Amino acid sequence: MIKHFLTLEWKSFVRSASFKTDLAFKIFMALIFLSFAVMFIFMGIGAFYGIKKAGLEPLQTVNKFMIYYLFADMMMRYFFQKIPTLTIRPLLVLPIKKNTIVHFSLGKTILNYFNTTHAFFFIPFSIILLINGYSVLGVITWHLGILTVILFINFLNILINNKDLIFGIVATIVIGLIASQYYKLFDITIYTQPFFQGLYEHVWMVLVPIFALLIIYYFTFNFFKKDLTLDERLHIKKNLAKSNDLTWLNQFGTLGTFLKNDIKLLMRNKRAKTTLYMSFFFLFYGLIFFTQDIYKNSVMQAFAAVFVTGGFLINFGQFVPSWDSSYYQLMMTQSISYKEYLNSKWWLMVIGTAISMLLASFYIYFGWDIYITILAVGIYNIGFNSFLVLFTGAYTRTAIDLESAKGAFGDKKAFNVKTLLFSLPQMIIPILLFGIGLLADNFYIGIALIACFGILGLLFKSRIFLLIEKIFQKEKYNAIVAYKQKN
Amino acid sequence: MIQVNNLTKKYNATTVLNIQELEIPKGQSFGLVGNNGAGKTTFFSLLLDLIEPTSGGIINHNIEVNTSENWKNFTGAFLDESFLIGYLTAEEYFYFIGELRGQNKADVDALLKKYEEFFNNEILNTKKYLRDLSKGNMKKVGIIATLIGNPEVVILDEPFANLDPTTVNRLKKIVKELAENPDVTVLISSHDLIHTVEVCNRIVALNKGEVVKDINTSEETLKELEAFFAV
Repeated sequence: MIKHFLTLEWKSFVRSASFKTDLAFKIFMALIFLSFAVMFIFMGIGAFYGIKKAGLEPLQTVNKFMIYYLFADMMMRYFFQKIPTLTIRPLLVLPIKKNTIVHFSLGKTILNYFNTTHAFFFIPFSIILLINGYSVLGVITWHLGILTVILFINFLNILINNKDLIFGIVATIVIGLIASQYYKLFDITIYTQPFFQGLYEHVWMVLVPIFALLIIYYFTFNFFKKDLTLDERLHIKKNLAKSNDLTWLNQFGTLGTFLKNDIKLLMRNKRAKTTLYMSFFFLFYGLIFFTQDIYKNSVMQAFAAVFVTGGFLINFGQFVPSWDSSYYQLMMTQSISYKEYLNSKWWLMVIGTAISMLLASFYIYFGWDIYITILAVGIYNIGFNSFLVLFTGAYTRTAIDLESAKGAFGDKKAFNVKTLLFSLPQMIIPILLFGIGLLADNFYIGIALIACFGILGLLFKSRIFLLIEKIFQKEKYNAIVAYKQKN
Repeated sequence: MIQVNNLTKKYNATTVLNIQELEIPKGQSFGLVGNNGAGKTTFFSLLLDLIEPTSGGIINHNIEVNTSENWKNFTGAFLDESFLIGYLTAEEYFYFIGELRGQNKADVDALLKKYEEFFNNEILNTKKYLRDLSKGNMKKVGIIATLIGNPEVVILDEPFANLDPTTVNRLKKIVKELAENPDVTVLISSHDLIHTVEVCNRIVALNKGEVVKDINTSEETLKELEAFFAV
């Protein structure tokens, strides 16, 4: 039986749409994957010596921050790890025991890359520990213990999948913990560090996570098995439709018609909602740079500002018109004007960017210079990047499955030379302009240049729209074919 | 009037459609029958400029469909579910199409009222997004949406498939009514010979992309077609 399952899995892997791209692209992807793997390995190795150099005990330090590492892992999973339930639908009517099906689909999640990528860090780190004379048994139990905890999170995620309330509570607690740690109110690592350290020091402690894993597996198994019918677990959840006419948008004519649709698109589809969440996280991207003095008044300030204000712009805009891929044929048989269509998406991006600029006002805490940079880059995003992003979108041929959050990380097919050509300047131009200001030894020159670029772009809006329309028209048939190919 | 001239569509070396000449006069109800792969959907897709012809072209009311977009103003079509916007409710979808076709809410409401019976209380006010409707109900929404804005050309691909027997009969009534209007050209495709013969006054049978029968419907049409498709 297992053999059949494995061949099925292998076929679904080899025959997946992402493998059908051309060879050059496969090589490219393999290189990216390799570079990531190497990066992780070096992180594993580097972490040890880096921490040691800083005068700290490596294992203890890693254990100290382990809890946050695991929290981060949990968050990522919640948003992006898809629970593979639908693939087992065809198995239900075949003569296979339900237990086997459940074991299989749960077992399958273990091989998910959310679990496997950790190996690239932990395996080299453990090897380095061994080389440096740490106790062999201790390292093995520590490694095993962490692995079990990761698998524990894996199953926990399945249990709480799609329960926004539980996730909200957990997320609030985690953010609270980080904040209280930062302000030295309460340090959770004091309590968690001994546990992770204990996995190394006391061999028997490894039984704790293993036991926890067994328990949660038991629960997940029952939870799954209980609802293994088409009207429960495997049933595609149907939400009661909330009708909202958004009639106030009618005053904008055809633009309003499209805006109404786009707002519904964003509010009612999982994939589109993920974009909104991601845009929110982008808002905090600047914290990486603005909290550190070495980036103060460096070009990275402009770089960070692009993402702080442009999170929505980039995440949404790069998939125009792919957002409408599932009903693209309809759009192509209606007499719509591309201009109004583009205009609606553009206004959404402008509104998104403007909101980001407002929300980013908390950066004033790090100094007015930083917030002024953010505002200037925001204007640049609205007036210049918005168009570059639309160009990227016009050459992107990815059918978007609105109902699944998958692919929100960016899609392989969305990557080609043309999209790259339009993506790089989005970051490079503000960096260069900011750099000019630095060279002239006047911060405000750079800022003014960035803002000017944005305003200049606005003046050419209708001309640029015409160019994008031409691409849309030229690519029409290709787009229809590409959008028909669902995964 | 719809004119087809030397129309071919090839995928690599395979010819999937090859129609030398075909004229569909205004007001005709035109039925396209054929087995799977006969080229029915390909023909409709070409007519809607969703795919590019390898050679030749189609002229829809004096407009060459792959060079101008003006045919969109008087053509309504429903090929499959990819013509529906899954995250809208039926009402929202109808109003959206209405707005694109220059119809206000009252116009659309009037049309929906007319087809209330066809919906059978399963479409309007159900608080369901289109993606959550059954295949048959999706089809009902798609078919009625093509009629918004009084199009002169109505194109329906396999409209009878997935519908329950009562709805099929109601749909036949709707198509016949449309066909009675001398300004409206109706094009439908179907696997079902009986339904097609009943509602169309002309039937063209396609086989492997070529026109193999072109008959004006009469008493004998059904027999003739059944003989042709007999095994």
